[in-house]
Amino acid sequence: MTPALAAEGLVKAWGGLRAVDGVSFTLAPGEMLALIGPNGAGKSTCFNMLNGQIRPDAGRVRLAGRDVTGLPPRAIWRLGVGRTFQVTATFASMTVLDNVRMALLSHARRLLGLWRPAAREFTAEAEALLTRVGMADQAGRPCGVLAYGDLKRLELAMALANQPHLLLMDEPTAGMAPAERMALMAETAAVARAGGIAVLFTEHDMDVVFTHADRVLVLDGGRLIAGGAPEAVRADPRVRQVYLGGGPA
Amino acid sequence: MEDLAVQALNGLASASSLFLVASGLTVIFGVSRIVNFAHGSLFMLGAYLAWTLTGLGPLAGLGGLWSFWGAILLAALAVGALGALLEVTVLRRIYGAPELFQLLATFALVLIVQDVALFLWGPDDKFGPRAPLLRGAVEILGLRFPRYELFLIAVGPVVLGLLWLLFHRTRFGILLRAATQDREMVAALGVDQRLLFTGVFFLGATLAGLGGALQLPREAVTLHMDMAVIVEAFVVVVVGGLGSLPGAFLAALLIGELHAFGILVFPRITLVLVFLVMAVVLVLRPYGLLGRAPSGAPPASEVAAPLPAAMPPALRRAALAALALLVALPPFLGDYPLILLADFATFVLFAASLHFIMGPGGLASFGHAAYFGAGAYGAALLFRHFAAPMELGLLAAPFAAGLAGLLFGWFCVRLSGVYSAMLTLAFAQIAWSVAFQWIEVTGGDNGILGLWPSEWARGRLAFFYLSLALCGAAVLLLRRAIHAPFGMALRAQRDSGLRAEAIGIDAFRIRWLGFAFAAAMAGLAGALFAYGKGSVFPSVLGISRSVDALLMVLLGGVQTLNGPIVGAIAYAGLQEQLARVTDYWRLLLGLVILALVLFFPRGLAGAIRRGGSP
Repeated sequence: MTPALAAEGLVKAWGGLRAVDGVSFTLAPGEMLALIGPNGAGKSTCFNMLNGQIRPDAGRVRLAGRDVTGLPPRAIWRLGVGRTFQVTATFASMTVLDNVRMALLSHARRLLGLWRPAAREFTAEAEALLTRVGMADQAGRPCGVLAYGDLKRLELAMALANQPHLLLMDEPTAGMAPAERMALMAETAAVARAGGIAVLFTEHDMDVVFTHADRVLVLDGGRLIAGGAPEAVRADPRVRQVYLGGGPA
Repeated sequence: MEDLAVQALNGLASASSLFLVASGLTVIFGVSRIVNFAHGSLFMLGAYLAWTLTGLGPLAGLGGLWSFWGAILLAALAVGALGALLEVTVLRRIYGAPELFQLLATFALVLIVQDVALFLWGPDDKFGPRAPLLRGAVEILGLRFPRYELFLIAVGPVVLGLLWLLFHRTRFGILLRAATQDREMVAALGVDQRLLFTGVFFLGATLAGLGGALQLPREAVTLHMDMAVIVEAFVVVVVGGLGSLPGAFLAALLIGELHAFGILVFPRITLVLVFLVMAVVLVLRPYGLLGRAPSGAPPASEVAAPLPAAMPPALRRAALAALALLVALPPFLGDYPLILLADFATFVLFAASLHFIMGPGGLASFGHAAYFGAGAYGAALLFRHFAAPMELGLLAAPFAAGLAGLLFGWFCVRLSGVYSAMLTLAFAQIAWSVAFQWIEVTGGDNGILGLWPSEWARGRLAFFYLSLALCGAAVLLLRRAIHAPFGMALRAQRDSGLRAEAIGIDAFRIRWLGFAFAAAMAGLAGALFAYGKGSVFPSVLGISRSVDALLMVLLGGVQTLNGPIVGAIAYAGLQEQLARVTDYWRLLLGLVILALVLFFPRGLAGAIRRGGSP
């Protein structure tokens, strides 16, 4: 089966520092893959290359077999990739519903209308997406006043608007309370399984990683040093050495 | 060959003057992040004060050397003191305000200084004495070159050197550099910022005053110096890189020489040339020749509120009543009120079109008059060269302006903040220069006359109804567009470019189209304005018209829907009323604007909506 996502020898250097140094992996359709590593390991750089925000110095990115290296983020989104950010990025001056509506309008390529109010478009679809992430009751609130966890949920709803095959989630639970983290990732996992969506996420919280990931990749110094089922990675001495500091997880 | 040498020297002399002004502007910007529109006014005051001090006052009694050079220095220091005073009384209160409000406040100072200068020195041009020791000329390559120009050539590098010493060898200068790089960190280290800021304004204003005072032997002192010099200084500062002194020096040399040689090579398009160079530099190096991308916290911007759902019923009723009056009342009005009302209609549309890209688009334009003028000239040129009737002119105007918007916008919308604002200004000046210098086609300063409405619309009443109908329809279209998917997409890319791209929105394309759409609407307003006046002059796309539109939008409030309407009527009405009761209407207007900025930072419409409480 063609992998949903394949990274082939990705390299990115900042000045003399090789932030990402030859990273290759694949992600099967419907799989939840966690990318972990200490701060500065190159996780975000790696993510931004997959997403099209940064052009790799070398290597290719393939989506379902198609080479997308060097395409801008918006083109990659059109190929069915949803994205959430480490620091949430939403449209602060709009309501929760309008944020999701915006993604739906863009998906339908209906952004140039000048006369018919946007409020008449895709309301039911936007509400359905908000229901999927448990945000239906907040649809009318301006998203500038949302709690952080709710912003993350809103991002997830927007990421789902183009019926993606793949979700890229950079630290989806950063800045949230532990209980909330588990809840959000459980919701994400449920949504992804229900839709057959592959998910690649970075995460610092090991409980979250080992509870929800099907497979774990460990990045250190820009290179992948281990990968496999959560239990295998947890037991890997190299991982314990560089990442878990040698102590028990 | 000799000609070239003399032109090169001339260029160096003007480069020095430009550098004096631009260095002050860039130093002030570096530390305070304020783009000081009033910097040209300080330059002008320096020239006027030097004129007074050389001719009158105790210094004149000393005669000769002292009376001239003493006057120059004293004038510079006096302007410096004034700059410090303005910082303490006005600018200090608006450091936290959005960029555009700071600009509005400094523009109010421009208006105030204009009238104060008019009051103190009268409307006549003043001619200064020649400089002692530097009279006459020296022979260079067999050609006579004025000594004073040679002196000016030396002043630029000397001032640059002194500033370098100040910035690298004194505690004050090092703190200034630190504050330029990271204001918050300097504050966190316990440095008294107030002194630093007042000091930098004193320094910058002194440099402007010195620049102005040194012009005294070169050219007449006039009331138009302020705007002329501020536009050039903006160009220099932006080309050099905001906040960079060596950049300002380099850019001053570039622009000075460009002027000097441009006159030899392309005498007809010297002005276009300068702004074209600026546009090219900004496209290739968006932060200027020696500038760097701003680091640290972005400048404060107005927190965008969600769109108001619907007008409160009371406001809605009031608006409908006003509209009903506008339709019912005019048959009972005389010619003059009808002319005024038709003008107001075009101003409202002009302001609403600017608001469209400033509010939802988040892109400040300092050159929106270019599109107002493109519409006006589009119609006028069709009339002049093809005898096109009004109907055709009005139809063509939005397309002409929209095309200009597409062309200029392609450059302008790539940048953001101050840089994009300056680029819009540059393009507007290019448009103005074309209208002004391409005499065969545009009639130059004499404009195009005889541009009257068609027979059926020639009566004042009929023309008012035509203006009301067209402007009303266009404003309605703009408002619908704000709520429609296109307006939402515009707001989306303003709120978060990152997120917009991540959901497939091409932010550049949306901004670009928004810019062109706003330009087209401004073009319709411009054409109506031209038919109302029966003529077109280069002033329709001059900088002061761009500033008018900006003031209307800011007065009304950028993030309100009715802002441009309220703002346009308030501003145009105020200007009209003040001009009627006093010659010093600019002074009053400036004071009113200043009061509004200080007390109603969300604009008039924002204040009205919240029950008048500031």
